[in-house]
Amino acid sequence: MTLKEIKELLQAEIIVGENKLDIEITFAGGSDLMSDVLAFGKPGILLLTGLSNSQSVRTANIIDAKAIIYVRGKKPDAEGIELAREKGIPLLSTKLMMYATCGLLFSHGIPGVSDLSHIKQQ
Amino acid sequence: MSDEYVLSQQFEITGGDFGNAGKTSTSIKEILKEIGIEPSIIIRASIALYESEMNIVMYAQRGKVFLNITPEKLHFKIEDQGPGIGNIELAMKEGFSTATDKMREMGFGAGMGLPNIKRNADRFEISSIPDKGTTLDITFCLNKTGSK
Repeated sequence: MTLKEIKELLQAEIIVGENKLDIEITFAGGSDLMSDVLAFGKPGILLLTGLSNSQSVRTANIIDAKAIIYVRGKKPDAEGIELAREKGIPLLSTKLMMYATCGLLFSHGIPGVSDLSHIKQQ
Repeated sequence: MSDEYVLSQQFEITGGDFGNAGKTSTSIKEILKEIGIEPSIIIRASIALYESEMNIVMYAQRGKVFLNITPEKLHFKIEDQGPGIGNIELAMKEGFSTATDKMREMGFGAGMGLPNIKRNADRFEISSIPDKGTTLDITFCLNKTGSK
């Protein structure tokens, strides 16, 4: 799924990266705790977060995330926006809550970082 | 370790300076990219370094990062002047944290830092003296000679 398709699905607003909407997203992860993102995130992740300070962008840069989507209508601070421009990390913002954002993406074929193979199908 | 350094550099980090937290790690990541370290090692090293930097910002008065790269190894020595860690075994347990609300507002302080540094490193050593400070030795083995 491209970032453009995700933007439309989540009715998200682009804050940084208008010219990078054609990048392909294959998996995502959501957390407001950057400690957890650093522990469980993987390169290429689409990061969903409600943490709007610049640490969200720094964390995304450190783990080579493809883009960030801020949930609950949050928007990054000025320093975060500047860093995202410098590092070429697209930032989007959706008014949806975290749960709905994750649910929509998952139901449209974007898996998370968890290994679900041990979960028994009902 | 070979004493034939490819690069040796020192960085200072100020405790409590949340505005600049993470800048050193971001800069060092760029250096590692420029000299052609393997991407998977860059990610692991950057995560370990970022966690270490946040620990200094959150807990210590000040700290230093000594970056040393030889053809065989990427090594960070991270020294801080701060409260130190009374019980290292406890601090290494996932979920154990003494973080304040301010630290959690920044998205940190989940008690994942030190275990995450250890998990990412090829070799990790920690020593601490209460009321003096903490020293981390973090090593990554480089398969190649640094250039890609």
